[in-house]
Amino acid sequence: MSIKGGVHQDLIHDSAAKHVSGRAEYTDDILEPVGTLHAYLGFSTVAHGRITSIDLSAVRAAPGVVEVITADDLPGENDVSANGMHDEPLFATDEVLFWGQPLFAVVAETRDAARRAAALAEVSYDTLPHATDIAASRAAGAPLVTPPLTLKRGAVKPAMAAAPHRIKGQMEIGGQDHFYLEGQLSLAIPGEDEDVRIFCSTQHPTEVQHVVAHALGVPAHSVTVTVRRMGGGFGGKETQMNAFAVIAAVAAKRLNRPVKLRLDRDDDMSSTGKRHDFLAEYEVGFDDEGRILAVDGDFFARCGFCSDLSGPVTDRALFHADNAYFYPDVELRSHPLMTHTVSNTAFRGFGGPQGLIVAERIVEEIAYHLGRDALEVRRANFYGPGRDLTPYHQQVTDNIMAEVVDELVATSNYAARRQAVLDWNAKGGIIRKGIALTPVKFGISFTATWFNQAGALVHVYSDGSIQVNHGGTEMGQGLHTKVAQVVAEAFQVDIDRVKITATTTDKVPNTSATAASSGTDLNGMAALNACEAIKARLAAWAADKAGLPAEAVVFGTEGVSVGDKVTDWAKFIGAAYMDRVQLSATGFYKTPEIHWNRDTGQGRPFYYFAYGASVSEVSVDTLTGEYRVERTDILHDVGKSLNPAIDLGQVEGAFVQGMGWLTTEELWWDDKGRLRTHAPSTYKIPVASDIPREFNVKLASWSENREPTIKRSKAVGEPPFMLAVSVLEALNMAVASLDGYANCPKLDTPATPERVLMACEALRSAPAPAKVLEIGE
Amino acid sequence: MSKIHVTTTINGDAVEFLADPRETLLDCLRDHVGLTGTKEGCGTGDCGACSVELDGTLVCSCLVLGVEASGKSVQTIEGMATDSELHPLQRKFVEHAALQCGFCTPGILVAAKSLLDRNTSPTEEEVRYWLAGNLCRCTGYDKIIRAVMDAAAELRGEAA
Repeated sequence: MSIKGGVHQDLIHDSAAKHVSGRAEYTDDILEPVGTLHAYLGFSTVAHGRITSIDLSAVRAAPGVVEVITADDLPGENDVSANGMHDEPLFATDEVLFWGQPLFAVVAETRDAARRAAALAEVSYDTLPHATDIAASRAAGAPLVTPPLTLKRGAVKPAMAAAPHRIKGQMEIGGQDHFYLEGQLSLAIPGEDEDVRIFCSTQHPTEVQHVVAHALGVPAHSVTVTVRRMGGGFGGKETQMNAFAVIAAVAAKRLNRPVKLRLDRDDDMSSTGKRHDFLAEYEVGFDDEGRILAVDGDFFARCGFCSDLSGPVTDRALFHADNAYFYPDVELRSHPLMTHTVSNTAFRGFGGPQGLIVAERIVEEIAYHLGRDALEVRRANFYGPGRDLTPYHQQVTDNIMAEVVDELVATSNYAARRQAVLDWNAKGGIIRKGIALTPVKFGISFTATWFNQAGALVHVYSDGSIQVNHGGTEMGQGLHTKVAQVVAEAFQVDIDRVKITATTTDKVPNTSATAASSGTDLNGMAALNACEAIKARLAAWAADKAGLPAEAVVFGTEGVSVGDKVTDWAKFIGAAYMDRVQLSATGFYKTPEIHWNRDTGQGRPFYYFAYGASVSEVSVDTLTGEYRVERTDILHDVGKSLNPAIDLGQVEGAFVQGMGWLTTEELWWDDKGRLRTHAPSTYKIPVASDIPREFNVKLASWSENREPTIKRSKAVGEPPFMLAVSVLEALNMAVASLDGYANCPKLDTPATPERVLMACEALRSAPAPAKVLEIGE
Repeated sequence: MSKIHVTTTINGDAVEFLADPRETLLDCLRDHVGLTGTKEGCGTGDCGACSVELDGTLVCSCLVLGVEASGKSVQTIEGMATDSELHPLQRKFVEHAALQCGFCTPGILVAAKSLLDRNTSPTEEEVRYWLAGNLCRCTGYDKIIRAVMDAAAELRGEAA
């Protein structure tokens, strides 16, 4: 007999019944206190310029307006930067650095009144030249928002010079809007003294607490931040909620009334950061077998107007520019470029996808150059014995890449299907097919080592019910469910006894963002640590009463046994309470063994790696560029899964989100520096009719984490996002068929139908222009 | 602007509220009637999170004025389950783990029910295209499609 809801079981999301009945409470659903006011923002309308005058009289006079707040009205600092670099003003005061930068806030009786009033500001600017993209920023002298990183091992120049083959190339990699379905919002409720309580849709309550405290000029102890759940986060609520929480809090304290700020979707998309777009320039040297000898790469990122998280994001791009491949001699350099755009930020994978995709493109280039199946080239370059050192000098000790790929090759019937695709294309029709198998190796841990800590608070009440709180936030990923499973397993009680409550800074302090896929690894361990403390007290007490050693106390499915006497859990706890045993404990965890020296570019930044692979097959209409994904097979490693149902959902969702990044999601700024794809009408995330027609997703059930993580599981949030690279390279192959695979089409991303069509046209027209005429006739 | 007295039926109950004539049905449901299961994702009719039925027609409630509900019947997510039992679609979404953050879930369920009310045995392709107006950023849709197909089978009386 086992308990209901222990670890390694399929278990539904703890809020599922509420989700389907509309009863799950998101921040905007919290009953507003009487007297709640609504704030909104006035935004800049130039990409770069000096403010010459700002007239807010019409805003103040608008119906329903209670207050207008500018930088002068802030009690503390006009800064919401997440990293202490003080380079991100809440309100632009003199110089505007992107279109959509907040200038002031207006507070009114209704949200509608506040929005209408905000539009009445009269602002004049002296416009200055702007650089909104990577090319323009480089042309303007390539200013950086944060110090760059170089990763280096061996001597790349001589190794490159000695290589039998060399290819130079470049790849443009597009950004991505998070498109969390629930937009940014905060509700601030003033309290006595300097206190303020904030309900905020955030992945990082502790950071909101600190930034609000700075803006109010009060100690952190006066600010409490709470989030029960988010309607999606994906990294977009790791720092980007700061400004909105600050405005709500400042207004609430100033007016002594509750204030809510909820952004409209268009303003949310224009004024919050996104995934960084990159330009990679690479050179690879390799031998006749396709084995990589040397890689030299530059990674230019559009970071936006300030640093935000661009330092660690561009670092992580370099950390993943090897993906699963050994580079004997290597040098990789990041260029975190300042641009006159919103400051780009965390997004699932955190730069990793932009690095990894370049490794995959390098492999594809080699394969086309040598006329081989790219899978052979991939296998020839996997890390292995004696070839296991990364460009950051961490040894890869838990490598299961080859096992994962071998199994997927077999279960997806890759070889026969690839032959069928080649045969199909050989017929020379309009519809061309492509198939690609791409691997993923992803490093787990925050590269800022100090973030790898977590706290938890576990209460056992005298009726035997258990309340758990931890520093992680729930954004749909099932973190609370997994942590509750860990607690149920620890006490050997059914999960129905365990309730996880809203994440809040007054229960567990000094938390890290729920990010870097680390939520379960860190918070699960912290919760377990608290459970073990309570169990130790209970065991000592029960053993002492029975005159037995503590080992005689066993927490079992039937109850707690002391020697041969078994007592029902609730009765046991009731007795412990009556005998004055402390039934509450805090827990703590810090990831062991990791270290990283950014100055030398050496260390062990990652505790372990997660692995996965996918095969995608696509059909492309070469006359229109339209395509569809016919089938995708995935095998992904989550170690010993805590909850396979939840993990499968993460893998599927991450793949489709990654597919959107690489295919349909195009961010487009006009020549004035204004984002024109600021709503779902023009910015296209995948819909139900876009996903693979056949979608076979499996977890590598045989895998166990070699490190002692929580129940030997592995993190799952980010790694599967990059499985979508197989779609891009399958599209690449379908296009390449037009000239007999003689050239790698080098599709940039997103590979929109427009881009695919242009790639088709380039291949059709370049080698034999006469053929274009034939088609024209 | 002076408010208008709206008399309507929501989930079978007679409901009255006062609405600014510019207010959307979505805002009226959430702010005046206290039915917060219907969500705003985009406010421009492109994401489907605010889906409700108005006299049996599937609409984005952000594109309908509250006053337009006058004399009509509105069906929201809150009316899908009975007091004691989830609708088969809701139950199948739970069983198939066809949700993550849950924010799009009410709109998708309302849209899916609207499909099954019209077509008791949709093909997988029909389900995909019917739901193409409902954005989900978490799940990748596959489990949603499975859940709808499974619920349709159960509603037809077929064994799952």
